Amino acid sequence: MMENDTLYDKVWRSHSVHERDDGMTLLYIDRHLVHEVTSPQAFEGLRIAGRAPWRRDSILATADHNVPTTDRSQGIEDPISRRQVDTLDENCRHFSITQFPMLDVRQGIVHVIGPEQGASLPGMTIVCGDSHTSTHGALGALAFGIGTSEVEHVLATQCLLLKKSKNMQIRVDGRLPAGVTSKDIILAVIGRLGTAGATGYTAEYAGAAIRALSVEGRMTMCNMSIEAGARAGMIAVDDTTLEYVAGRPFAPQGAMWEQAQAYWQTLRSDDGAKFDAVVELDASDLKPQVTWGTSPEMVTAVDGVVPQDDNVDHRNALQYMGLQPGTPIEAIEIDKVFIGSCTNSRIEDLREAAGLIRDRSVADNVKLAMVVPGSGLVKRQAEEEGLDRIFKSAGFEWREPGCSMCLGMNADQLEPGERCASTSNRNFEGRQGKGGRTHLVSPVMAVGAALHGHFVDVRKWMA
Amino acid sequence: MRPFTRLETTLLPLDRSNVDTDAIIPQQYLKSVKRTGFGKYLFDNWRYLDPGTLDTDPGQRRTDPDFVLNQDTYAGAEVLLVRDNFGCGSSREHAVWSLLDHGFRVVIASSFADIFCSNSYKNGLLPITLQAAEVDDLFDQVEQDPAYVCTVDLEKQLVQDQNDRVFSFEISEFHKHCLLNGYDEIDITLQHEDKIRAYEDRMKQACPWLFP
Ligand code: SF4
Repeated sequence: MMENDTLYDKVWRSHSVHERDDGMTLLYIDRHLVHEVTSPQAFEGLRIAGRAPWRRDSILATADHNVPTTDRSQGIEDPISRRQVDTLDENCRHFSITQFPMLDVRQGIVHVIGPEQGASLPGMTIVCGDSHTSTHGALGALAFGIGTSEVEHVLATQCLLLKKSKNMQIRVDGRLPAGVTSKDIILAVIGRLGTAGATGYTAEYAGAAIRALSVEGRMTMCNMSIEAGARAGMIAVDDTTLEYVAGRPFAPQGAMWEQAQAYWQTLRSDDGAKFDAVVELDASDLKPQVTWGTSPEMVTAVDGVVPQDDNVDHRNALQYMGLQPGTPIEAIEIDKVFIGSCTNSRIEDLREAAGLIRDRSVADNVKLAMVVPGSGLVKRQAEEEGLDRIFKSAGFEWREPGCSMCLGMNADQLEPGERCASTSNRNFEGRQGKGGRTHLVSPVMAVGAALHGHFVDVRKWMA
Repeated sequence: MRPFTRLETTLLPLDRSNVDTDAIIPQQYLKSVKRTGFGKYLFDNWRYLDPGTLDTDPGQRRTDPDFVLNQDTYAGAEVLLVRDNFGCGSSREHAVWSLLDHGFRVVIASSFADIFCSNSYKNGLLPITLQAAEVDDLFDQVEQDPAYVCTVDLEKQLVQDQNDRVFSFEISEFHKHCLLNGYDEIDITLQHEDKIRAYEDRMKQACPWLFP
């Protein structure tokens, strides 16, 4: 039997504390990541019930959604945002939970700092009150987003009561052409599957194109699993994974490392593993992707056109986006550019983005182009490599780390009607500000758009 | 949690697919540290023409008369009727809190996003998945007659209308049991406290790096 297991089956089984007769499994959680937005009501519930966290050392907290990306030395100006961040500080103090507060260089977007610190490890179960927790699956972990009641449940019991999902394999073979990135793969996958296509499944990304990706690139893909409906996305452990994890602050060292990595190397689907669904793509056929609508599935290649509005969802989307069917994607002009978010704010993203600038400047019609590193450590590394100077001299703003304009809970927002090329993961109505219009793209595509003032096919520059 | 057993009510039709949780409750309201008071911000971007924050008084904002939630015709409905993939996107439980706070107890859709569903169960909101054709049918009924009434019976897993048309729905035994009784899942889990401790003892041996 053992040789038919998927990666998901293996990690799930090794965390099953108890299987109930009604089909629910009590699943043990190794790592609990916490941020300020979805935790206050959970901590309050804990206090009201007179409970303490079951395992403090499993928790790592940081404030990322509300923090300003401009000068922070004076604290947070917006009193409501400040109260939420203060509430997290106070809860972490009260319950003795490890936190990277706003002024700590290790602070950042929770999905960037987990892997960066080695707090997210292969084979772990990882949860956070945030749907993009799927990101951490890139390390061969089972990582998924939960609601606030579940946050409280994990705080109180270290477990969740869950029903196992089905297995989906997403196979990407072939080689990515120059100028096409892991962001384009995942956007194409979502375009193919639809936003509910993987609902009820855990997705495993496999194939030569995935093996060839860095862990950063893999995180971009797993991050957006939820945009296809999958609560979790996973990638098998290989040498790339182990090299990434080695030496990180929370990772095991010495003899413990040897023991851990021997186990981690078993974390891949068996050759005969059974998947309930398989999706196949050839990376060599892919082109840079741009979303044109208000759902990530509304996506096309950069050399394509805005499609016909032949159903009610498309009509609503095109009306909201202010676009006409038949418009070439490259003819769409933009007002703002956002490079950041847990999808694309890691050092590799910033290197690729900066690499495209080559002494050019942001186009005159672009009101704001901003780069928001995913963490204080990413920011520091980028500055050591001189990337900040490249961005700044081209006219980009270089900001402090956080979620920023991915969802605009802080001051970074689109004005009504403004159009943005964004490296984030959601183009929903109002996501970046009421009335704002979001086009999801890769970091290099965002830079291309910034330099030209409209979308351009970056393959022409990178061949 | 407030138990859910049986309900007789009108339905509010929201003819949209892929309604994401950002649309159910926008980001600026997630700054609240409470679980209550979100009802007035439900579908905020569709409902109000003026922007709002936690600080602004919704009574002072212009509403969009074309949006179904603003129409008296459907006032008081405790069932929200929608299409595919309701509640996709962000895991924010505020979406469920705002639906409940507004007065909805049931959402009927042809499909739901996973996290939205589990958040619903934990708060006593019943998500009912029906066939797309059945959902179409309900939309037709409600649009012809806004006073159209249905009974939702969780025990029997049935939605039944005034003309005795019956739609049955699936729900896991576990969630049905919790909803009917208003059980708190933390209490259920803590009944297995010894098993959790035994698991931890085993794993400290097998994977010591997980217990630094
Ligand atoms: S960067 Fe965006 S998607 Fe990621 S955690 Fe922050 S708000 Fe959520």
